[in-house]
Amino acid sequence: MMRALKSALAGVAMLGFAASAQAQNEQFIPMAGYWVGPYAAGGSGIYGGFIDYLDMVNARDGGVGGVKLTYEKCETEYNNARGVECYERLKKKGPTGASVFHPLSTGITYSLIDKATADKIPIISMGYGRTDASDGRYFPYIFPLVTNYWSQNTAKIKFIGQREGGMDKLKGKKIVNIYHDSAYGKETIPVLDAQAKKYGFAVTHIAVPHPGNEQGSQWLQIRQIRPDWVILRGWGVMNPTALKAAAKVGFPRDKMIGVWWSGAEEDTIPAGDAAKGYIAAGFNVAGENYPVVQDIKKHVYAKGKGEMEDKSRIGSIYYNRGVVHGIITVEAIRKAQEKYGKKPLTPEQVRWGIENLNIDEARLKALGATGFMQALKVSCLDHEGGGAVKFQQWDGTKWKVITDWIQPDRELVRPMIEQSAAAYGKEKNIAPRDCSKES
Amino acid sequence: MLYREAGQFKSSYAADQQIFPIRQDRIAVGAVLVFAFIVVPLTADQYWLSAILVPFLIFSLAAIGLNLLTGYAGQLSLGTAAFMAVGAFAAYNFLLRVPGMPVLVAFVLAGACAALVGILFGLPSLRIKGFYLAVATLAAQFFIVWALTKFGWFSNYSSSGVINAQKIEILGYRFDSPLSKYLLTLSIVAVLALAAKNMVRGTVGRSWMAVRDMDVAAEVIGFPMLRTKLSAFAVSSFYCGVAGALYAFCYLGTVEPEGFNLDLSFRILFMIILGGVGSILGSFLGAAFIVLFPIFLNSVAGPLEHAIGVKLPAGLMSNLELMIFGALIILFLIVEPHGLARLWQIGKEKLRLWPFPH
Repeated sequence: MMRALKSALAGVAMLGFAASAQAQNEQFIPMAGYWVGPYAAGGSGIYGGFIDYLDMVNARDGGVGGVKLTYEKCETEYNNARGVECYERLKKKGPTGASVFHPLSTGITYSLIDKATADKIPIISMGYGRTDASDGRYFPYIFPLVTNYWSQNTAKIKFIGQREGGMDKLKGKKIVNIYHDSAYGKETIPVLDAQAKKYGFAVTHIAVPHPGNEQGSQWLQIRQIRPDWVILRGWGVMNPTALKAAAKVGFPRDKMIGVWWSGAEEDTIPAGDAAKGYIAAGFNVAGENYPVVQDIKKHVYAKGKGEMEDKSRIGSIYYNRGVVHGIITVEAIRKAQEKYGKKPLTPEQVRWGIENLNIDEARLKALGATGFMQALKVSCLDHEGGGAVKFQQWDGTKWKVITDWIQPDRELVRPMIEQSAAAYGKEKNIAPRDCSKES
Repeated sequence: MLYREAGQFKSSYAADQQIFPIRQDRIAVGAVLVFAFIVVPLTADQYWLSAILVPFLIFSLAAIGLNLLTGYAGQLSLGTAAFMAVGAFAAYNFLLRVPGMPVLVAFVLAGACAALVGILFGLPSLRIKGFYLAVATLAAQFFIVWALTKFGWFSNYSSSGVINAQKIEILGYRFDSPLSKYLLTLSIVAVLALAAKNMVRGTVGRSWMAVRDMDVAAEVIGFPMLRTKLSAFAVSSFYCGVAGALYAFCYLGTVEPEGFNLDLSFRILFMIILGGVGSILGSFLGAAFIVLFPIFLNSVAGPLEHAIGVKLPAGLMSNLELMIFGALIILFLIVEPHGLARLWQIGKEKLRLWPFPH
């Protein structure tokens, strides 16, 4: 059976090879996402926006610098083993190999850090993944771009402080952190503890086992604690369940703050009225009245193409996050082309492009994404680039932005990142890069 | 004609009691080993080695572990993934905390830790049977994953609960290429699989089968229940523990407790149901089916879409995959309820008669 399978697979591989041999002027981008399973809403939306953006760039500009963007999908089911298989399958595809890998899962990102570093393929884990990879000296190939969990979490506490009327008012307040019991969920516990000490509030961490569709006892505990604020660090089906459970125990929804993986239409609509007033952080906003989204409609959907079956999801939080993925990937390739020439680039050259990425407000305007995402400047030292988030409130039908970009508490986060990255470097015997020598 | 044991006379007890009494079987096993150890490393590329063959071997080992317990000793278990987790975390901690610990010794100790935990959770099997025992082992599944998450010591206080497997170094040689990891996994799996094959035909295996077939009768003819059932749990968990350590060290490199969830336990249970309950070969066949088939379906989907020139909706292909896979499982269970190994068995019977069937 295995040999038959092998020859069949080889045939398939050759088919793919024949297709790529016709046109070598291509830049290949792997699309290892998930379209089934409990997290399909996130996966299909983000990869929908991502792929649509690439199609739009191909249709409107003929690719990047004349190089056409190609992609191939691979189903990971949000499962680490399947994700590693997808990575191994796609890393050598295209004329120059996989430009950059977006695992779209914290677990898969963890599993790929060593492999990608050895293969010299950059990984962008935008808004998820290993926080201390923000220290580019120890993680040359890993880019937790735009904002990481720790930054986001300090921005949340700042927002709570604003609402309470000043950071000094946080003293004596009670905050509950209800989290998805996984690597992703636990990532913010140390920074919350550090902040609790700094500002004098009490924090209780309550775990919800995967997948999170049963939260009765957790919310009973919350009712006993009577917190002033609840931070919801959920994912997938856990979010609407939490909102409904909060409604049941009578916890005010406008005192609940979600992470960006808890703040999409797919999280609030299933909860119905229970979601009204709920607040979530986001590094991108919802809405389709941005030139970049309009361009996708014009160049992709008007021609009868496009990834989204349900057109009403265009402009949703997840879809727009996919567009942000697209913008950053394409801009990184463009930046790398400035240095290495307008031709298909190797993953290592694309890595340089990501590390030297600088999307300022002028560039955002040219891209038609002003206010859609924040300006971004990546460097060898800082693999995060942005760090700010906007807070949005669900009004029962759509997400409404209620703040401007709120900056994180960098003085608190950066030393923690450097300490954690240095510990990783010591465990793994990695000497930090000297960033003054990088060009 | 080719496959017939007529004329093979056994002239000593040793010859009569060997693991593979039929000459053709010995040749076949030898050929498979030669193929796996020599031909595969020469021909397979990195993708095949690190993304297909290594997980296939590791899951085969875990399936053998479960098969010893469920297939041979008749104790239904839903805690396989948890015992793998014990193995992975134990190997990590042995290497982390004991200076100069050799990797292979750590793997054996990891298996031993899993065996101890297995014995502990096997205790209820002395009182309860069948579905009730399955529920008791379900407790192991949830308790172990919870404990590994809850107590930071197990993951060396890593903030996210994830462990990074150390580099594998044996006698100064570093196993970091896909090929070397494949060969290491293959060697361990080959040795343990042969050991399992040997075990099930000896006293231990026969006592397990006696308990499986009718435990009251087995007790009456003098098999101690305590020792038989707990030894099944211990050996099974040992195999699962080693598989878990390999899963962390030779395959993923980084694991979190949540990765060893109930889902994985069920997948391994499906492997033995599909492959053949009570068969070592079936463990390999079942693992091949469950691990390789979804990947195969997924990798034909893209080119198929390309070939027919119709762009299918994004989610459809992924959902179709699951449907085809599910339909095939049901089909197999209807056509051959005893699993793929039984098909092989029937094939062997047919080969014995060929070319002159009755």
